[in-house]
Amino acid sequence: MSRRCLPLLVVLFFWVCAPMRASAVLTIEITGGVAAGMPVAVVPFEWRGQGAPPVDLRNVIAADLHRSGRFDVLPVEDFLSRPSDDREVRYKDWRLIKAEALVVGRMKALGGNRFEVRFQLFDVFREKQLAGYRWEVEGTRLRKIAHQASDHIVKALTGKGPAFDSRIAYVTVERAASQGPTYRLMVADSDGFSPREILLSSDPILSPAWSPNGRYLAYVSFEDGWSKVLVQEIDSGNRVKMSEYLGINSAPAWSPDGRQLALSLSHEGNSEIYVMDIKSRRLQRLTHHSAIDTEPAWAPNGQSLIFTSDRSGRPQIYRIPTAGGKAVRLTFEGRENSRASISPDGKNLLMVTSNGNGHQIGVFSISNKRLRTLTSGPLDESPTFAPNGSMALYATKRGGRELLEVVSADGRARQVLRFQQGAVHSPAWSPVNR
Amino acid sequence: MQKILTLSLIVLLGIGVSACQSQKRIDDIAEVEEWNPTGLSGGEGAESTLSASGLVEGDSGDTLAGVVTDEDFGDPLSKRVVYFDFDSIVLTPEATRIVEAHAEYLANNRDMALVLEGHADERGTREYNLALGESRAKAVAEVFLGLGVSEDAIRIISYGEERPVDLGPSEDAWSLNRRVEILY
Repeated sequence: MSRRCLPLLVVLFFWVCAPMRASAVLTIEITGGVAAGMPVAVVPFEWRGQGAPPVDLRNVIAADLHRSGRFDVLPVEDFLSRPSDDREVRYKDWRLIKAEALVVGRMKALGGNRFEVRFQLFDVFREKQLAGYRWEVEGTRLRKIAHQASDHIVKALTGKGPAFDSRIAYVTVERAASQGPTYRLMVADSDGFSPREILLSSDPILSPAWSPNGRYLAYVSFEDGWSKVLVQEIDSGNRVKMSEYLGINSAPAWSPDGRQLALSLSHEGNSEIYVMDIKSRRLQRLTHHSAIDTEPAWAPNGQSLIFTSDRSGRPQIYRIPTAGGKAVRLTFEGRENSRASISPDGKNLLMVTSNGNGHQIGVFSISNKRLRTLTSGPLDESPTFAPNGSMALYATKRGGRELLEVVSADGRARQVLRFQQGAVHSPAWSPVNR
Repeated sequence: MQKILTLSLIVLLGIGVSACQSQKRIDDIAEVEEWNPTGLSGGEGAESTLSASGLVEGDSGDTLAGVVTDEDFGDPLSKRVVYFDFDSIVLTPEATRIVEAHAEYLANNRDMALVLEGHADERGTREYNLALGESRAKAVAEVFLGLGVSEDAIRIISYGEERPVDLGPSEDAWSLNRRVEILY
């Protein structure tokens, strides 16, 4: 059996050591192998300490690399040796199993919940080291270190910027028969681990959006019974009400400089796109149309916004200058396109697309106007780009359960973030941690 | 009756101020009271505590809109929810009949406040559906306005797809979720 025939559903056992929270991730399911990816061997890290290692760094890195869609992560059972540093590497062991890149490392307990972690990345054919790093960290930061290692590996092998040392925000809903639903705004690592509750509410929460510096989340809350837009500082929990106009207060999106929020408000008629100056709260109205205008997103240069409008009869994506002006329709392929965001390089739109047969996640090239559907639907929504644009996180519904999935931007690899209980929706991928 | 309601609102308002954050039902009433000086309330929770008692115990004998009995069957006032086709904000003939009946009733009861709650099914994006729910509620509001109900008496709230009545992923469930609830 070759590694090319990866079973369709490989369940990696990622148990969270900390006491389970209501919405802790239990498993990451890898659905579908990456036959065309670069074969990479990630050797289990050598552990120098008492008992079992606190975090299986190898598995964190392997799952990250798979999720990127760029790599075929080779099964550990095929390994002929298990080196932990450059002196122990025999390149021919890795050429035999057709690995092109090799990751080795070790973790040492230093006492007092401190650890030394080191890893090295090798080019198997050129027989040379491509990257090597060493950290001394608290036990709570071990997973973060593993994600940083993944970012270094991806950078050395593909040139892509960092993505894994980042966070995701999302909303969970628990529906108990005895009482009303409970909504939680959560923040977790990019792979769904270490979840932290940011807000608990008996009313719906939606549309979380990260500030460019990663310190604040804007979101829509229905507390008191109707929609409003709040901004919350993640570390302190302090909250500020930004918008509570009559009608809907929806879809906040931060400008790239963090000084403005684009919103969809309906207090002057029906839902229109506005830009709010955060300091003065002054509103500038950008759209004037009797159709629904919502889901604004900024171009990376801050010069224009894209948004969803059904002014043509069905939802499609339009672009309008931030300074005001005429809205221009961008998408024509597909019966419906909505909730678009622009890739960090400004070239592609990530959006929800539909041809009448459910809703899928698609990537639309602004220059050649081609639309590529990445997922199968039928209830995929809320797509959000990884900070480097190489992956998309989105919400879907499978077997009646709402959950999150990650798909590589080329559609080749897909992972499910499966939570212990309740529904999960409205994911938002943070900027890279600083 | 009006006095009793106002009195109970003042009491509830007091509780609302002292209650903790999770007591949303009471908070609702406090907020709605500010907006609606006539004292009647609507929205989540408020509907069951205030409107229901107001109508059941009220003296408007022939229009017990809050209670469905055998005799009400076929009476459009007994229906408080109107349903929509997929991605549509157009009232069906059945919905129009129901809304017009409520509008005529309210046009003759001018001190009543009305909340129109718009909802959508789960298909499509949440943010679009929030706007869609509002468009549906506004389409219903147009009928009320056309039949003489004052604009000031109407409050529109959209919940989009966030408050489904049926969680199932089926056409039956979706058709129950695409709705506007008429609360007064």
